[in-house]
Amino acid sequence: MAFSVPLISLRRRVMDHAMTGASVLTVLLVLLPLFAIFAYLVYMGIGSINLAFLTQTPKPVGEPGGGMANAIVGSMVILAIASLLGVPLGIGAGIFLSEYGRNRYGDIVRFVSDVLNGVPSIVIGIVAYGLVVMRQKHFSALAGGVALAIMMIPTIARTTEQMLLLVPQAIREAAYGLGVSRWRTTLSITLRTATSGVITGVMLAFARVAGETAPLLFTAFGNQFWNWKMDQPTAALSLQIFTYAISPYDEWHRQAWAGALVLIILIVSAVAAVRIAVKHGTLSGA
Amino acid sequence: MGVGITVEHLNAFYGKTQALFDVNITVLANHATALIGPSGCGKSTFIRCLNRMHETIPEARVEGKVLIGDLSVYNGTSATQLRRRVGMVFQKPNPFPTMSIYDNVAAGLKLNGFRNRKQLDDVVHKSLHASALWDEVKDHLHKKSGASLSGGQQQRLCIARALAVQPEVLLMDEPCSALDPISTGKIEELIFQLKEQYTIVIVTHNMQQAARVAEFTGFFLLGKMIEYDKTEKIFTNPSDKRTEDYVTGRFG
Ligand SMILES: Nc1ncnc2c1ncn2[C@@H]1O[C@H](COP(=O)(O)OP(=O)(O)O)[C@@H](O)[C@H]1O
Ligand SMILES: [Mg+2]
Repeated sequence: MAFSVPLISLRRRVMDHAMTGASVLTVLLVLLPLFAIFAYLVYMGIGSINLAFLTQTPKPVGEPGGGMANAIVGSMVILAIASLLGVPLGIGAGIFLSEYGRNRYGDIVRFVSDVLNGVPSIVIGIVAYGLVVMRQKHFSALAGGVALAIMMIPTIARTTEQMLLLVPQAIREAAYGLGVSRWRTTLSITLRTATSGVITGVMLAFARVAGETAPLLFTAFGNQFWNWKMDQPTAALSLQIFTYAISPYDEWHRQAWAGALVLIILIVSAVAAVRIAVKHGTLSGA
Repeated sequence: MGVGITVEHLNAFYGKTQALFDVNITVLANHATALIGPSGCGKSTFIRCLNRMHETIPEARVEGKVLIGDLSVYNGTSATQLRRRVGMVFQKPNPFPTMSIYDNVAAGLKLNGFRNRKQLDDVVHKSLHASALWDEVKDHLHKKSGASLSGGQQQRLCIARALAVQPEVLLMDEPCSALDPISTGKIEELIFQLKEQYTIVIVTHNMQQAARVAEFTGFFLLGKMIEYDKTEKIFTNPSDKRTEDYVTGRFG
């Protein structure tokens, strides 16, 4: 008996190390493509990023130089519109599902939202075309924003629902016990307790739509010039990258790589900024 | 100041299953009343009928009459108004995890629209003193979250939070069952002081605890109130055979 103890412990130690090694390996496997993509983007794109690229509009074919300033701003405007519409609606739907939707109506909404999540993004673009473009008789940033908002809503709604369901019933009861009404409890206690999870869902949805091209093709449409009006065709980075990438010109290919790099950097900075802001607002030991 | 509680012909249901059968009881103001009985006999259900917490459970329903002071609980008062007068402390400490200690205590007032900073400070200060937690947390009221405290501290924080809305009645559902003996001792001491100002109804699994803190004790069995009397009488000379069996440890 005395002999078998070190034997087992040796086997366990080996197993322990093997498992740790395996999980480190999988982490590397997951991170590798990400770093590869990013490194390749930097390699291909960094050479074409300069002041002109960040401050000028595209030049006509054949003329060298020019940039994607209007597309960078256009993307920001479209994403702002999408977030302004999609975040409150998505969170609202998530609140309904978790706090009031433990019934047939909730099941219907959950089903619709899951189906919506699976609809190809180009179809969402067609819907926004029908809803906004046909009515306004213009391609517009608004139409692009609506298309992206429709894509954000199901993701945000379902993650918000899941995060709110993770808040223990005891926390809600604590609030009811203080004479706090149900809707106040939902907003100020339940949602607040789930904030960091809800924000993760929002950021996921945001990052997902930020690079979308298909839904913008016949909504925002794209524009080679500055446009500051919400109801006019608007440039977007993803559209500009698409146009340039399928063009036959080397100069445009280089600019497409640069655009892709800028897009990734914008998304990462937006997500990081929100994370830092949230972290700043939370307490130690929470 | 505490107020008395009168319960007449109380029946409570979860869907079709009845959990309480015709409960009648009169609780004296500014006293501690203990409710004992084996698990699942309806103690929590009963106490949750006193502040209308029972009806927050889907399909749950109550029949009968409950008076808190002269306020008729199931007749015309809103549940939120009522719960400001009838505070509750739960079995497991449940501080709001993302709020600071200060915000936890101030939550009841703040969420009901109370904003006067100076008065809030005052109430938080008093409530933390009353729950004997002030000295342990005074240096990090705003920096630490409620969830960072120990279990016993969390439970006293929850008591402070309940006291901050200035209730007349304090309901406690096995407030010490998740705590170590030292924290339990602190809370029992606290109950002793609190009954000068509040009427206390405490559910407990622990018969010594009932004997220590409560002047009156009610014994529940299978959803019925079997016996209700002075604590001393319940433990030394109960009228009902079933009460005797329970307090002498023959079942439960
Ligand atoms: N949420 C609920 N849904 C259905 N039945 C419940 C629920 N809560 C409690 N009960 C039932 O009601 C009875 C009384 O429970 P409870 O009041 O929690 O007992 P105690 O607090 O004395 O242990 C038990 O039979 C229990 O199964
Ligand atoms: Mg119980």
